[in-house]
Amino acid sequence: MNQFQYNKAKESLSAIKLIAKDPNAHFLAGGTNLIDLMKMGIVTPSKLVDINHLPLSKIEKLPTTLRIGALVTNSDLAENEFIKSDFPLLSLAINAGASPQLRNMATVGGNLMQRTRCPYFFDTAMPCNKRVPGSGCGALQGFNRMHAIFGASDQCIAVNPSDMNVAMRALDAVVHVSGPRGERKINIADFHRLPGNQPELDNTLQKGELITAVDLPYAPFSKNVYYLKVRDRSSYAFALVSVAAALHIENNTIKEARLAMGGVAHKPWRLTAAEEFLKGKTVSEDNFKQASQIAMQGAKAYHYNQFKLKLAPNTIVQGLKMASGLAS
Amino acid sequence: MPAKKPCTPPDDESLLAGTRRDFLKQSTFLTAIALTPAGVVKAAENKLDEQIAAVFEKMTLSMEVNGVQHQLSVEPRSTLLDILREHLDLTGTKKGCDRGQCGACTVHVNGRRINSCLSLAIANNGKKILTIEGLAKGNELHPMQQAFIDRDGFQCGYCTSGQIMSAVACIHEGHAGSEMEIREFMSGNICRCGAYPNIVNAIQDIAKGEGKV
Repeated sequence: MNQFQYNKAKESLSAIKLIAKDPNAHFLAGGTNLIDLMKMGIVTPSKLVDINHLPLSKIEKLPTTLRIGALVTNSDLAENEFIKSDFPLLSLAINAGASPQLRNMATVGGNLMQRTRCPYFFDTAMPCNKRVPGSGCGALQGFNRMHAIFGASDQCIAVNPSDMNVAMRALDAVVHVSGPRGERKINIADFHRLPGNQPELDNTLQKGELITAVDLPYAPFSKNVYYLKVRDRSSYAFALVSVAAALHIENNTIKEARLAMGGVAHKPWRLTAAEEFLKGKTVSEDNFKQASQIAMQGAKAYHYNQFKLKLAPNTIVQGLKMASGLAS
Repeated sequence: MPAKKPCTPPDDESLLAGTRRDFLKQSTFLTAIALTPAGVVKAAENKLDEQIAAVFEKMTLSMEVNGVQHQLSVEPRSTLLDILREHLDLTGTKKGCDRGQCGACTVHVNGRRINSCLSLAIANNGKKILTIEGLAKGNELHPMQQAFIDRDGFQCGYCTSGQIMSAVACIHEGHAGSEMEIREFMSGNICRCGAYPNIVNAIQDIAKGEGKV
């Protein structure tokens, strides 16, 4: 690992200032992604600002939202009583990701910032527009089994690897950030971005901005939820396809549906058209199948990920069946 | 016609010496540049000498390891794993993948299991670390260590200290309720020999006899 300067921040403002004035400085939270990338020589910061001592580790019940501090660890979040009772989808998604050791280290803010696991991004001998803009995309004509089927560009077909992000996208999370120009809120829909012509940018954060909290607006999704993750082994692997499904069901009728997919796009992929279709429909496998077909419109596969065109709709149907209780 | 001034051959000795000296000077400089961390080169380019010093500066790290307080001088880039193994000679904690994918480096920090390969040592200042060496009480093995022996929970043994540290945490966390739950919450520890069924048996033995751990 390259040498770097280590600073411990005692309060948010000084952390932001330290980052803002150094173009090659990074915040350090759990480090489970950053330290790995530094060992590989993919990220080579001149300075790390350790933010672990900032007071951002609380989970608070506010009148209209649940506020999660950016430094809450993934395991504390998954085990939190409010999360388990009011947002069980988030708990399921987090526990489907990484390992207990990593979840004990990784934070909410860090998980939002998690970089792609595209092997071409990780291999410094390979071209990658995300790692070295303009160098080309190794995955486009390469081994692209894990890659995107929605929203990709000819510059980048990588996917966002996070499970937490998929649940947060379904739950309409709002990301609070603090930066050199003050504080602002970003809807999770606008936080992660599609690769377009700037695949080096994973999200819409500005230089020096620090995630301070995530708000989850209260919603009636405490019962009929499921996070179905399909992967190469039954645990501790990244998703080929995952589905976060949350249903508000009354008298066998779907009052509201929330659906998001992981492993299919550069950002957690919300299935808005399928949600619209399900609204007011009865709980039935046929309706779920129709919803899955609607969700797949516009999907485009590459050489090695053709299977996702079949796996994704099947996963949506099964996820909805599990959430609604049609399957167990 | 003036007599042609004899062409004086250059002093071979001095020329060679000069060339050699220049070459050495140049190559030493290039080697130094090549071996110098990017941060330093950048700092030097920007004439920020004070930053060069800062980058090479070792920092003081105080932490308690297995009940013993240590004060160490570490580079910021050293991981907790490397400090445990190389500075404190606690080589029971193993380096497998060194990238958070295998769990061989699992230790407890303030009572929680983590991958020590992905934790900067300096970020553990003031914390309490428990490694495999700290589990036994003198010659009396920790019940989980004994259970691994009784159940034959290992073959080559390389992953075992990580498995045991993880297993103890798995029980503390309350995630050892069933075989399925144990398998899920032990999935961060990979065993190349495939001793999984016996590892699960060992953990179930301890989980059933609560209060022992």
